[in-house]
Amino acid sequence: MKILIVDDFSTMRRIIKNLLRDLGFTNTQEADDGTTALPMLRSGDFDFLVTDWNMPGMTGIDLLKQVRADPRLASLPVLMVTAEAKRDQIIEAAQAGVNGYVVKPFTAQVLKEKIDKIFERVGG
Amino acid sequence: MGTTRQLANDAEFVAELQDCAKLLIEKLQSNNFAEASRLIHNLYEVRDRHIFNSVGRLTRALHDAIVNFNVDANVYPEANSSEIRDASDRLQYVIRMTQDAANRTMDRVETAAPIAANLGQEAHALRTEWARLQRREMSKEDFGKLYSRINDFLAQMGEGTDALNQNLQAIILEQGYQDLTGQLLKKVIGLITDVEKELVNLVRIAGQVEEVAGITTERKVSDKSADGSIGAEGPQIHAHPDVVSGQDEVDDLLSSLGF
Repeated sequence: MKILIVDDFSTMRRIIKNLLRDLGFTNTQEADDGTTALPMLRSGDFDFLVTDWNMPGMTGIDLLKQVRADPRLASLPVLMVTAEAKRDQIIEAAQAGVNGYVVKPFTAQVLKEKIDKIFERVGG
Repeated sequence: MGTTRQLANDAEFVAELQDCAKLLIEKLQSNNFAEASRLIHNLYEVRDRHIFNSVGRLTRALHDAIVNFNVDANVYPEANSSEIRDASDRLQYVIRMTQDAANRTMDRVETAAPIAANLGQEAHALRTEWARLQRREMSKEDFGKLYSRINDFLAQMGEGTDALNQNLQAIILEQGYQDLTGQLLKKVIGLITDVEKELVNLVRIAGQVEEVAGITTERKVSDKSADGSIGAEGPQIHAHPDVVSGQDEVDDLLSSLGF
């Protein structure tokens, strides 16, 4: 499974990459913003997107909306991993079609649970 | 401060007004229109002087407030030393320091993890062999191999745990960044507090200017961005009914809405 990790902080990308590797997902790539992630998704054959919300160029919520609006990407499973913790935001993400929402700081256990849940649902 | 002087000037103005008014009524009642006219001109002059003094005072206060921002009004924005720019540089430095400390700590962990994993793996394998020995299922030849394998393992344990301890020690030292970043952040907090004070001052002065000039302004308050979506806010530091306090609350919220 090919996974794209998107966050403007390289330390967080490294943490997520390591946790995914511990879970057996070794095929990962990284982007530092929604604006750089979108073209990668469009040409890249990714099976899963893990993204932050708060990014300077294009936010994660906007990236999610763009993904859902593109017929070639609309069914891509998306997990948000973010410090944004207001109820309104969680609801907005859910309504925009996010498959899972993890708030920072998070544990390896939570990340595993959410990923398992997403792929059991999608049947993958 | 300016306010007590201002009140004194107001009181002065009112006193002059009262004197003039009494005299004015006298002159009008005695049909002395020339004198009455002169008195009215006097009143105009008193009012003009009052406004002139207020404006002068406010200009002075504004000048002082700007000087307190430590920016040379003639050179801005090419100013070489700007406290705001220093604060910004310091905060960038804090970001860099914390990023480097995080990466170096993770480097240490990534070095240590395989050492621990290998020791554990070998220990498990040895346990299996040892169990065979205990059940007397081991040939003499195999025992010979086990003997030297355990010997090697003890040496590996010695070296491995030394390396682990070294890495753990280094990780402790890496956390020293918090002291340095803490100092930088305290300086920036100090600067921001000063700037806030000066801004409050400026807002007050602006209010007085509006009063003197008779200007009223509307205040616009808007929470949402132009396209109606909710902006990113970064980590929430205060508990609040609108903010979830952990992953469990996130999960509860989502399942209560059917997601």
